[in-house]
Formats: sequence, C-alpha cells, structure tokens
Amino acid sequence: MTVVPDAKPMIEIRDVHKYYGDYHALRGIDAVINAGEFFSLLGPSGCGKTTLLRTIAGFEDISSGAILIDGKDMHEVPANQRPTNMVFQSYAIFPHLTVEQNVGFGLRRDPRPAAEKAKAVAEALAMVGLTGFGARAAHALSGGQRQRVALARALILKPKVLLLDEPLSALDKKMRETMQEELIKLQRQVGITFILVTHDQEEALVMSDRIAVMFEGEIAQLDDPETLYRRPNSRRVAEFIGVMNFVPGKVLSESGGTIELDVQGLGRCAIAASQAPAGGKPTGETSVGFRPETLTILYEGQTAGDRECQGTIAEVVYYGDMTYYDVKLDGVEEPVRLSMRNVPGRPVLDLGARTRIAWSPGALVLFR
Amino acid sequence: MKFSWLRVYSWLYLVFLFAPVFLLPLFAFNEGTIIAFPLQGFSLRWFAALLDNQSLHEAVGNSLTIAVTVAVASTALGIFAARAATRYDFRGKGAMIGLIMLPLVMPEVILAVALLVVFLQIALPLGMVAIILGHILVCTPFCIAILNGAFLSLDKSLEEAAYDLGETRMSTFRLIILPLVMPGIISSLLIAFIISLDEFIMAFFVGGTTVTLPIYIFSQLRFPAGLPVIMALGTILVCLSILLLSIAEYFRRRGVARTGAKDTGGFL
Repeated sequence: MTVVPDAKPMIEIRDVHKYYGDYHALRGIDAVINAGEFFSLLGPSGCGKTTLLRTIAGFEDISSGAILIDGKDMHEVPANQRPTNMVFQSYAIFPHLTVEQNVGFGLRRDPRPAAEKAKAVAEALAMVGLTGFGARAAHALSGGQRQRVALARALILKPKVLLLDEPLSALDKKMRETMQEELIKLQRQVGITFILVTHDQEEALVMSDRIAVMFEGEIAQLDDPETLYRRPNSRRVAEFIGVMNFVPGKVLSESGGTIELDVQGLGRCAIAASQAPAGGKPTGETSVGFRPETLTILYEGQTAGDRECQGTIAEVVYYGDMTYYDVKLDGVEEPVRLSMRNVPGRPVLDLGARTRIAWSPGALVLFR
Repeated sequence: MKFSWLRVYSWLYLVFLFAPVFLLPLFAFNEGTIIAFPLQGFSLRWFAALLDNQSLHEAVGNSLTIAVTVAVASTALGIFAARAATRYDFRGKGAMIGLIMLPLVMPEVILAVALLVVFLQIALPLGMVAIILGHILVCTPFCIAILNGAFLSLDKSLEEAAYDLGETRMSTFRLIILPLVMPGIISSLLIAFIISLDEFIMAFFVGGTTVTLPIYIFSQLRFPAGLPVIMALGTILVCLSILLLSIAEYFRRRGVARTGAKDTGGFL
C-alpha cells in the first residue's frame, strides 16, 4: 500500500461486517482512506461496494466493526449529521424545484442571511460550470447538467467526504470521459476526499489515487492504479482489471529474491520475487500472467535474442489506433491476446500468418 | 372514410354511455310533469322547486359533510398504507395489503350488513358517524390503489438526498415527498369524495334516520310528480362533477408540468 507522506487518515474502516438477514454483504472490511484522496471502490455488481458506500454515508447500519470519519466514531450518527454528502446514481435531483433551489437545498437550515446563501449557490454553480442556469426547472436539464447540479448540491455544504455512487454510469461515452476529467479537476480544486463507487475498471484507473477492488463483500486488493494493473495479487483481480493472458508455468528454483521459471511457450527465465504473490512461496506448477501490450510482434529485421517465441495469428481486431491479435503460441494450448499500436512500419498482419513475438520477463506476474 | 365495425361499436358505446346524461337537462328544463316526449316548452320551475325544499337541503348538507370527511380520512389512511407498502419490508406485508384491499372485491351489501351488526353490538348509534365509518371502509382501498401508484413512481434516492443534505425525516416528507405525490393525493381525495357522495347501500343500512342525497333521490322516485325536480337536481350534479373533474385535471397537469414527469393520461 502506498501511503502519501504525512497523509492524514480521513476515514478508517475497521473490520466492518454487514448482514442482510442471512446474507453476508460485507465480510470484514479494513481500509484507511486519507484526507484529500480520490479513492475508488471497484467491483462487479453485488460485490458490496455500494453497501460499503452507504454505510459510510449512514444510510445503512453496520452489523459489527467501526467506521471513523475524521477520528470520530460514526456509530449511531444518522446520515443527516455526518460530514459526508452523496451524489446518487440517479442524481436524485428534486424535480419540483429549480436548479438554484436544488443547489441551495442543504443551506435551508444555515443561519446565514439570504444574500450570502444566494452567493454561495452562485459560486457552487460557477464551480460546476452552470452559471446562468439557476432559474431553470431542474427536470428540463440534460444528463450531464443534472450530474453537475448534483455535484454542486453536495459540495455546497463543504463536506469532509464526498461520496459518489456510480455517478457517470448513466452518461454516454463521450460525456462520461468529459465528466471524468472534470471530476478529477474539481477534486484537486476543492481538496475534499472523494470516494467513488464504480464497476468500470477504466474509470477507476483514470480517476483514482487508490482503488479497492472488491469481490463478494471483501477487499481483494487495495493499491494505487499502477500497482493494481501491473502487479495484481490474484487471477481474479487480474481478470477484472484490463485483459491478462494466463499460461501454465513451473517454478524451478527460488533464491535470494529471484525465481527461476519455465513458462510454457515462452521458455526459461528469472523474475524478481516482487512479481510473485505476497505471502507463501510459490512452488511447482503455477499460472503466469502477462498483459497484451507486453508482447510485441517482431517485423523484418527486428530481433529480441532469447526473449523470442513463435506463433500463428488466430484473430485480428482492428481498432484504428490499435490492433488486437489473438495469437496461438507454439506449445501453448489457449491463444493469447496481444496488442500493437498502429504506427508506420507495423503493417496489420493477416489471419493465419506466422510471426515472431518478443516478450519480457519483467512483465510477468506469478499467481498461485 | 372506410366503414368499420369497430367504429360502429365505439359510437354505440359512447351513445349508451352518455345518452342518459343528456336526457337529464332535457327533462329538467321541460315544462311538463311527465317524463316523456314530446317536450312541452322551456321552464325553470323545477330548479325553483329545488330552492325551497327543506329535506333536500338537509340531505345535500349531510352528504357533503360525509363526503368531505370521508375523502380526507380515507386519503390520510391511504397515504399511510401506500407509504408502508412501497417503502418498507415487514413480515406478512403481502397478506396485510391483501386484507386491506379486500373490501374492493367484497359485495358491498354483505359489508354493510356485517357493519350494521357490529355497530349494533358495540352500541354505536346509527347515523352520520356510522355512515362515515362505513364509507371510509369502502373508499380506503381505492385511495390506497391510487396512492400506491404515486408513491411507487417516487425515486427512493430523492428522500435519501434530502436526508443527506441535513433535513429530518419529517421535513423530507413535507419538502420532497408531499409535493411530488400531490397529484395522487388530489386524485385520491376526488375519488373518495365521489364514491362517498353517491354511495347508497352502506348509507341505507347504517344511516338510521339520517338521509343522504342518494337515499333522498331514491325516496322521491315513488312520487311521479317529483321526478322533474330530480332531473333538475341531476343536471346540477352533472355540471358540478364536470367542474370538479376539470379542476382536478388542471392541478394534475400543472403538477406533471412542474416536475417534468411523463404524462400518463387520465387523472387516475
């Protein structure tokens, strides 16, 4: 876990369990989320990520464990008194109110004079790029605009933590990418801790400082995006985030921080111990993973010495900037996926073509 | 236009539905005492007769008191039930909802007899209060059915958002839920009011000596000379109904426009 130096913990989640009747939704969650961090809860639907977010917001009780926000135990503190605000998946814009009334809703109990509140609303609208939209009826807004209203409405109370429940899932691809960048900028600008729930691994990688990958009510891995992508600690995490190829491998020996491997189709090599799962030494038959972009097709005149293998193109998928190939490596049963950036001097290969492929031991990940 | 049986059917249906209603004003403004064609000239004397009919005024007064009370009470009960049915999960919820909706399909005459027995047993005097209780029993299932729809279309996260923004459960209900289900509440009030206003069986069984409008009209049918007066009364009632419906529809459309919801057609 990479912890930013002198980072102050904002949320501490200690062995949190949640039961719905017999259903064990959260199974001992432990995590520390730092102040000012953009933190994501990533996982497939039903993994408990939304439940965890809702327990932080106070919409759900926890069955055991503790949640601390800014050092204070949130046990018995109702949602309307927690220093958190939420952006809902459906945005939950009040349809009978104007944009202004929506954004200013949380200020109703604020003792400040009306003129100051109106100024705060105008500032919040400006922050999300909706200046001049104040008098509009909220229901007449587009999806992206609703999203912004929901953000302004949640941020106007200056919460210590902003909770976002799949906020971009209802937007189309282009709008989603725009909002991703805007959310990152906004988070840097306000400096508030953001916790984002998403099932979209790409979204999590793009936006987060750290990501907790959840399966079946447990955190499978908590790391920064790069570590998560390059060194997933289990096949399941590896498969959930991006694409990873798996081939059978055999551990030959292990000594002094290096592991000797015999990888099917690729051959013998030595890798660093950090490329193997933490805890317990891998021995015997294992599974070896590598990402598609770590394989490179070798064109005429290119060589990679003994880091070279041969294969047959089994599938070609052309994406414009990239081409994805499924390659049947000699000596490996399942085809592996390989991606090449389409730059001059790299013609797209035909189906059934024989090719030489370069690989790199540093990109291999060993799994149990 | 092409001849089509469907068109013929539609027109016949509409004639069947509305011909009696058009006959009402026809005979209400008719000079003659006998309800028959040919008409015998224009007259307002039947309307004049309505003005100084003490027992009619009393019946109308009774009916209005009952209908307003019943509309408010059954709508309130309906709000509680619909809210519980759409937002909370509890043991035996299905059975509970089924049971409170049961009066909807029970023969009303059975309900009325049973209620009469109960009232006599607990020594509740027959009259206005008894009719009100009986009508609440009849109207509440209708109100629940209407309000259920209104509460179902309410996104749960709206409530959570208001609560999250610092409001209490009560103020959330007042500021968010109530305005959004208002069209449903208006429909519910209207339906309960109309059902109660023309309900006959229950009022007849448990009303004792209290006379409501339907009971009064029924009692007048024995006197042929009184019929044109009833026609005049009916004409006024039809006009009032149309007015009431128009007002309700106006408020419903305004509510729909304000929240940008999809217009689902009728006020029900």
